[in-house]
Amino acid sequence: MFKEGMLALMGQGLLETLYMTIVSTVMAYIIGLPVGMLLVVTDKEGIRPSPTINRIVGGIVNVLRSVPFIILLVAVMPVTRFIAGTSIGSTATIVPLVIAAAPFVARLVESSAKEVDRGVIEASLSMGASTMEVVLKVLLPEAKPSLIVGAAIATTTILGYSAMSGFVGGGGLGNIAINYGYYRSQTDIMLVMVLILVVIVQIFQEIGNMIANKCDKRIR
Amino acid sequence: MSGIPTIQIKNLNKTFGTGDGAVVALDDINLSIFQGEIFGIIGLSGAGKSTLVRCINLLERPTTGSVIFEGSDITSYSDNELRKVRQSIGMIFQGFNLLMQRNSLDNVCFPLELAGVSRKEAIARAKELLKTVGLSDKEKAYPAQLSGGQKQRVAIARALATKPKVLLCDEATSALDPTTTQSILALLKELNQKLGLTIIIITHEMKVIEQICNRVAIIDNSRIGEIGTVDDVFRHPKTIAAKKLIFPTGEYTEKISGDGKYLRLVFEGNSADRPIIANMILKCGAPVSIVFANTKNIDGQVFGHMIIKLPDDDEVVRKISAYLEMEKITYSEEKDYV
Repeated sequence: MFKEGMLALMGQGLLETLYMTIVSTVMAYIIGLPVGMLLVVTDKEGIRPSPTINRIVGGIVNVLRSVPFIILLVAVMPVTRFIAGTSIGSTATIVPLVIAAAPFVARLVESSAKEVDRGVIEASLSMGASTMEVVLKVLLPEAKPSLIVGAAIATTTILGYSAMSGFVGGGGLGNIAINYGYYRSQTDIMLVMVLILVVIVQIFQEIGNMIANKCDKRIR
Repeated sequence: MSGIPTIQIKNLNKTFGTGDGAVVALDDINLSIFQGEIFGIIGLSGAGKSTLVRCINLLERPTTGSVIFEGSDITSYSDNELRKVRQSIGMIFQGFNLLMQRNSLDNVCFPLELAGVSRKEAIARAKELLKTVGLSDKEKAYPAQLSGGQKQRVAIARALATKPKVLLCDEATSALDPTTTQSILALLKELNQKLGLTIIIITHEMKVIEQICNRVAIIDNSRIGEIGTVDDVFRHPKTIAAKKLIFPTGEYTEKISGDGKYLRLVFEGNSADRPIIANMILKCGAPVSIVFANTKNIDGQVFGHMIIKLPDDDEVVRKISAYLEMEKITYSEEKDYV
């Protein structure tokens, strides 16, 4: 079923996909984690309520979250070209992936941090913790299991986006699925690509859940 | 009680919200709490006592008024100064509020970490504190593995880590069963005596006040209803709120209804042993009926309370009053009850 070189192509596609996904996820967290925490802290129930900051940041997050990824992909091409030097290939795809994923990550982080018991935050304030100390020593560690589950969700979502970027020459497994499976009607190749993506999603999700359970001291 | 109070609350008001939706939580509160005393603040739910305790360490900012800690008004402090002061005011909670992802030892280390104490010193101090609260064998246990009483012990150790002058207890025993409550109260009393720790206890349970408090303030409807030593307030409750707390509703208040005269008698010390009522009935020829009676143990002293209904005869009532005065029994007429 596979012609010569197909296996090597697939191997390269897999690597490209993993590269895009992992780099994008890391960068999305570098931006999304502090933004998410900012949303929690400035919330009206937060430790430093600031309706103005909360509304502005929340608004930007919502706007970015509501643009369909495929449109964002095309819309940010000038930015992509400016940052990555090109708009084709897996490195270039990281730019729109991060722009799309960071606000999503911010919301995931926000919802995880909001699960932390209000009483625990109050207790740490009563011991003289500053806002920064509450974020770093209470919110992050206490929300860790939930943050890890969130990270697994974010990674698998970004993986899905990265496959979509194949439509505009993004590289990776998605690109192969589209070029061979869709344009050349080689359904078997498309199916194999989808199958590999399914397996990767399963693995990421499982690893995430496993680590989350392992580090959660509330169970046992 | 003399000298400078450890904590002084002056003309404190707290209002939540503004305009028509404003809710007054605290209304002109004035309190002085002295070094080494166990001070109780009791009130029914919604009376404002939790807000009051949060105003002491400024977790809630009072709308007006001041909180004076060891002579200086902390309401004027900057955030940084305030964080320092909070290390001198420990706090424990109804829900324990331990960090769930840290073990007991690291929970106790937490305030020391915030205070900038080195890890090594912090661990040594935390171990010593866990020993004080009787949990040396639970250093590595996570909160989820501890019982309610054990969690509160860890919380007490944590609150004491920075050697505070004052410990605030917000309904600290309300989530515990009676036996565990006893052991936590005993621990607090021991800490008060050993360390000279000033303790402020917020509760809705009269038995907590009876057991360990020196003085008590009764909060009713956002204001301080009355304040005094525990046996004073118990002997002569002046406000309806105080009476409601001393006699649980339903046992007493609902029974006083309709016509007739009711007297509330207080027996204390040896008068509890003498047949006062029997003699009174014989001497005055008064067929009284007993509406309510109970005894309480306040700080080792036995107090008896009794409500009697008198016959509708002024002459007999006079005789009874004279007899009670002769026997030096504290009594008061009860009427304004609903």
